[in-house]
Amino acid sequence: MNWIVTENNKKINALDIPAVSIEEIKSDIENMKMRVVGFFGKQEYENVRLYVVMADDKIGKLYVTSTIFTPNMKSYESFTQKFPAFHIFEREFYEEFGIEPLNHPWLKPVRINQDKYPFFEMQGEDIHQVAVGPIHAGVIEPGHFRFMCLGEKVYDLEIMLGYQHRGVEELFLKNKRYNNRLAESVCGDSVIAYNMAYSQAMEALSGTEITSKAQIIRRVALEMERIAIHIGDMGAIAGDMAYLMGASIFGITRTLVINTMLEISGSRFGRGLINVGGVNFDIDDKMSDKIIEMLDGVAKTVDRTTKVMLKTPSCISRMERTGCVSAENAKALGAVGMAARSSGVDIDTRFDFNDKWYTSLDVVKPFKATGDVHSRFMLRYKEIKQSMQIVKKLLAKLKEFKSEAIKVTPNNMLAPNSFVISMTEGWRGEVVHIALTGANGELLRYKMKDPSFNNWYMLAMAVRNNGVSDFPLCNKSFNLSYCGNDL
Amino acid sequence: MISLLINILILLFVPFLMIGVIKKTKAFWAGRKGVSIMQPLWDFLRLMKKDSVISETTSWVFKFAPVAGFASILFAALFVPLVAGKPIFNIPFAFVVFSYILGFGKFFSLIAALDTGSSFEGMGASREACFSTIVEPAFFIGMASIAALSQNYTFESLRLILKNAGTYGYLIIALLAVTLFIMLLIECCRVPVDDPTTHLELTMIHEVMILDNSGADLGLITWGSAIKMFLFEALIANLILPVSLHGWMALAAFLAVVFILAVIVGTVESSMARFRMTHVFEFIFIMSITALIILALVTYRMYGG
Repeated sequence: MNWIVTENNKKINALDIPAVSIEEIKSDIENMKMRVVGFFGKQEYENVRLYVVMADDKIGKLYVTSTIFTPNMKSYESFTQKFPAFHIFEREFYEEFGIEPLNHPWLKPVRINQDKYPFFEMQGEDIHQVAVGPIHAGVIEPGHFRFMCLGEKVYDLEIMLGYQHRGVEELFLKNKRYNNRLAESVCGDSVIAYNMAYSQAMEALSGTEITSKAQIIRRVALEMERIAIHIGDMGAIAGDMAYLMGASIFGITRTLVINTMLEISGSRFGRGLINVGGVNFDIDDKMSDKIIEMLDGVAKTVDRTTKVMLKTPSCISRMERTGCVSAENAKALGAVGMAARSSGVDIDTRFDFNDKWYTSLDVVKPFKATGDVHSRFMLRYKEIKQSMQIVKKLLAKLKEFKSEAIKVTPNNMLAPNSFVISMTEGWRGEVVHIALTGANGELLRYKMKDPSFNNWYMLAMAVRNNGVSDFPLCNKSFNLSYCGNDL
Repeated sequence: MISLLINILILLFVPFLMIGVIKKTKAFWAGRKGVSIMQPLWDFLRLMKKDSVISETTSWVFKFAPVAGFASILFAALFVPLVAGKPIFNIPFAFVVFSYILGFGKFFSLIAALDTGSSFEGMGASREACFSTIVEPAFFIGMASIAALSQNYTFESLRLILKNAGTYGYLIIALLAVTLFIMLLIECCRVPVDDPTTHLELTMIHEVMILDNSGADLGLITWGSAIKMFLFEALIANLILPVSLHGWMALAAFLAVVFILAVIVGTVESSMARFRMTHVFEFIFIMSITALIILALVTYRMYGG
């Protein structure tokens, strides 16, 4: 058996992970028809060990294998030629360990060495280049965009990131204690998702069983984060279309949600709420009623504003058929999360990976997939509604566990030689944390993957053949993370 | 003499208030309190106190353009009827002179944008030039038609429509008002053509051309574009106000029309999204069509049965 089968948040023995040849992995991947969620290296003395993690969304299982590159193996035949979804993973692996994927069609820097970035260029009298960033006009993160335009039409967009590379993965290894404050600072708009993924990974490794109450509170927070950011994004989409009413009303509404988060945890974005071993703040009956009351109010406003927007011809005309990504392209590129769902790729780790708090809730999956800005707008609206239902059901369930504690003291020792994959569906998509411990239970490798890592190329595809003035709208409809990609 | 002085004062200061009213209207629709109506004036005074930062890659054109633009707008204003109904230079074919004097200023702002060498500003310049080119014929057709109707080729023809066209006049006035209003939205870069408040350089038209301007230069540009918008509103006011108004009544009615138009602009901006760049042309063609209908009506009135 070339692969070891595991589940989300399940600890496996790292020594059990098979080490096979890269050709075998490649032929297996061809037969498996699964999705890549992890493809990263680890230095083992003079060798580099490459771990490959594939996910089967239909049955909610993860498959892990590895291969070893000895110092004289400096290259391998790239996976990307056959499976485009690997392109960014192989680039990252090459950048970190210098092992070259041969015949990779797009072997460019991911995070470092941007000064040597080889831009794709087109020749021609009417072609003009537009360079945007890294410093942008709005208060957003840095990233460089290079457009190849013919008049107003974009032929190609190349996205160069890495300005926010902080070496976060290494920082996790330096800290001996649990470091939730670091985890929630990786990506400021997915505080809960990152912190939850980190905590779950650490709990799995240390064998800490947290209470049902804490589980529920975490998920309430996760859904509230989704609601808040989705509403904010809908407002931002309206703002980019110069639809003032939508921008301001969604903006006001988002504040109501994050202010409730402030009441729960003392931070509008839920910083400090989650710790390894549980949560730091309780949601009592009074708070629970408050949340439901707030959500009802928010639902009304969101419904009304969305309805008005979808009745405004100028809004519809601006959103429809702008920035289309077909389901085939999204699937081939390995897109994940909300952006993939809006193109018709139905993956959602909340429901696919047997999270008992979600699958037991019997909520309909929202779906509307035309792959354009309109679809991403509609999907957000539907996910907000869905998340509101989930929060209400979770809060009702919370009452059953009233007597439980919100946190337990976690075991301070991590299990030695263990490997765990922790996936959390943040609002943008799956946040994957993979942790690997050594013989003394010390962290040897901490690997994170933000959904943006998969999805940035999808944005480049979406902008093709659109007007260059539609780029901001496309960009906002994805709202991908720079720091989550740069780490 | 007093009327001239009042006209000059109105020309120079009402535009700030007009922009303030638009901002207030937008704030009202957004559920905000909004800044004071006087804020555009304070902003202007603040800018005038500042030095300009000028890019090293630019030439004299870049420094000349804000002045040329402002001067051309002020000069064009001399041909436009304000309160009293008679402009200072009441010459035949004033609408052509008006157009091309504004065009002179626009030409300099276009080449100044290209002068900076920024790819954004080049795009903005090409958009602005493109839209202006299509707007111009529609404006000429509309104005020439009513001039032919009254056989008066000055801007006074705006006030002679009812006298010459009888009941058709109301229709012509309505159509011409729509034409001029659309022209105002395009030339002054308001939603749905452009978004004056956006920060997204890739979507801008007018704003992107002045990205490199700062300080007093920027102050002159904002003042100039406010006056330019005011001139279009003045044309509409002269078109729709009854000829019989005189003295203070005329002044009050004129200012009322200017501010009501500002409220309408603000409301339009609040209630619709801007068009996709390729759809703006369809919007401009509405203006061409109304102008052609005016031409048809005038022809029918003059030569038809």
